[in-house]
Amino acid sequence: MSQLLRLATAGSVDDGKSTLVGRLLYDTKSVLADTLDAVHRASADRGLSTPDLSLLVDGLRSEREQGITIDVAYRYFATPRRSFVLADTPGHVQYTRNTVTGASTAQLGVLLVDARNGVVEQTRRHAAVLALLGVPQLVLAVNKIDLVDYDEPTYRRIAKEFTAHAAELGYPEANVVTIPVSALVGDNVVDRSDQTPWYDGPTLLEHLETVPVHADAEDAPFRFPVQYVIRPRTAEFPDYRGYAGQIAAGRVSVGDEIVVLPSGISTTVTGIDSPQGPKQSADSGESVTLLLANDVDITRGDLIAAAAAPPRVSDEFDATVCWLGDKPLRAGARVLVKHGARTVQALVTQLRTRFDEQTLSSVDEPESLSLNDIGRVLIRSAEQLPIDDYADSRRTGAFLVIDPADGSTLAAGLVGAPLNQLDQTDITEADPAAQDLVSPGP
Amino acid sequence: MAETLAVTDNLDALESEAIHIFREVAGEFDRPVILFSGGKDSTLLLHLAIKAFWPAPVPFALLHVDTGHNFPEVIEFRDKVVAQHGLRLEVANVQEWIDDGRLQERPDGTRNPLQTVPLLDSITAHKFDAVFGGGRRDEERARAKERIFSLRNSFGQWEPRRQRPELWNLYNGRHRPGEHVRVFPLSNWTELDVWHYIERENIELPQIYYAHQREVYLRDGMWLAEGPWGGPRDGETLLSKTVRYRTVGDGSCTGAVESTAATIADVIAEVAASRLTERGATRADDRMSEAAMEDRKREGYF
Repeated sequence: MSQLLRLATAGSVDDGKSTLVGRLLYDTKSVLADTLDAVHRASADRGLSTPDLSLLVDGLRSEREQGITIDVAYRYFATPRRSFVLADTPGHVQYTRNTVTGASTAQLGVLLVDARNGVVEQTRRHAAVLALLGVPQLVLAVNKIDLVDYDEPTYRRIAKEFTAHAAELGYPEANVVTIPVSALVGDNVVDRSDQTPWYDGPTLLEHLETVPVHADAEDAPFRFPVQYVIRPRTAEFPDYRGYAGQIAAGRVSVGDEIVVLPSGISTTVTGIDSPQGPKQSADSGESVTLLLANDVDITRGDLIAAAAAPPRVSDEFDATVCWLGDKPLRAGARVLVKHGARTVQALVTQLRTRFDEQTLSSVDEPESLSLNDIGRVLIRSAEQLPIDDYADSRRTGAFLVIDPADGSTLAAGLVGAPLNQLDQTDITEADPAAQDLVSPGP
Repeated sequence: MAETLAVTDNLDALESEAIHIFREVAGEFDRPVILFSGGKDSTLLLHLAIKAFWPAPVPFALLHVDTGHNFPEVIEFRDKVVAQHGLRLEVANVQEWIDDGRLQERPDGTRNPLQTVPLLDSITAHKFDAVFGGGRRDEERARAKERIFSLRNSFGQWEPRRQRPELWNLYNGRHRPGEHVRVFPLSNWTELDVWHYIERENIELPQIYYAHQREVYLRDGMWLAEGPWGGPRDGETLLSKTVRYRTVGDGSCTGAVESTAATIADVIAEVAASRLTERGATRADDRMSEAAMEDRKREGYF
């Protein structure tokens, strides 16, 4: 029984991220002979003397032609201990969009820096986006360590600077690991390097195989967006009425008191049907069907929650949005909000702050939010929504902003200000503007 | 930091994700359909769909684009499964499109690329708005960039640059009239995951996935079987071999691999040790060029 770890990689241009991912696949023997032959052929066609491992990753024709990664690519590799889903997010083109996408489902983020350059602005921004999206574990791969002659002080300086930055973003020390690697040569990616005797930590793969993925979800209150009502009305199940969904947070057991939101009706769980049959309790991440004591009116879009600790129900809320649309957002915009299994009309009534990803500056009451901007807004919805702060519950604090005209996804939305601690702390002296990532607002 | 999910077992997590996707589509679309060929990925899809809605019946129809070059064992299996679960199957026969001139047979005789037009015509005729496919991102490089909800324009085309960012488990299925969404619940599964799950759930598959004796001939490094799609040409000889199929598609371009793997456990051991990808080993259609799959996807192929 192997465990699944979802991770996302991020790095700036030329940090060698595709090569690192290629190296992970190659050294874990996840690249099969025909794929490798194709890479050898393509490398030779390009006049390269050694195989370009980044070609394993760059999938689209325009990416191979331009030698860049455009879109998030998903990669799979496995060891006897774990299976990995890796979201490889490109560093330069629309990097917020891609990093936010990769980070939204990741349990661990791998950031890359070039050992010759150390922590750069983009590293700090990427780390901030990972922190904002609530990725619980961080790894800094100090790449191209061979190009600084495996110099320990260089590595220590970079590691210290990054760890301090991560701490200010709210990461406990135990959740941040730094590793000196060379993706090109293979040092400390899968195989331990004999060039870094001063490093006694894990290789990247060892860390990925052993980092804790268990949720400490015991205390999180139960959250269950109802996706579908199952009513067979067959001879065998004439009266069956079950509420199907995936547990977004917490745990549910038969006998639990629950409340249905937004209606506020309370009842009791009388049964849990799972893909493996009936069970007494179920945890976050499981797709189950709940049976309830009373025949209450529940439809797709409702949220079933622990009666003792329900989320707040509101039609106005403060949120942080990562703007992904080509058209800028202005106050007064009419949008759709998809939260859980419910899509409602909404109005963005105020733009409170904007953090500009390119210039690392923040302004209050901006006129607009453009592609790749992150900002704080006020949203009013046409219907009441049961919401948690994103910082408390990743699944029920998240929403999509959708363009009602063409259906495109305009923004990743996070209820509240998940990175509020940035308001109180200086990030680094070298980068004073970054403390305004999410400013306090009006 | 926000909590992560408690389900950590690989197969449980993949199963839960797929069921969640089926239920989202059932909740948001009017006329979803499952592409069902009787092959292992579509059989797995159906198995998960049945679980997602149990004890109610699967609220979707099935569609098979039949090239006419399918293995008879697979068609028989397809019909058996459909009958067993009381499902509705629509079949689009490529032969009909050839007969009435909408399609032309290719000089090389392979019909795999000919599936796209009957597929798109069927989607339009039945007004299907969501089409489930068994595609997995580990199959091929262009597929690695595919979304779970993949928007197709009214020509069925995939435009990689227009794909929506896919955030958390919140899928955006909005589409304009005439557009549809391809949905890939198995996106995050690997070939080995599929086999491990088939073993765990004891899912029945067509027998040709397991080792058997078959008359085959060698072409372009692949063992092809004799059939209505043609047979050995001059210089190619039929040999009796113990083979199995890793993928099941159009007989003209799907090769068998030499194998003695007669059980699910044997197959898992073989796949784990294999040095060739599933498609690379057995699918001539993906070998055509560096971007063969990307080009076909852009045209509306799965």
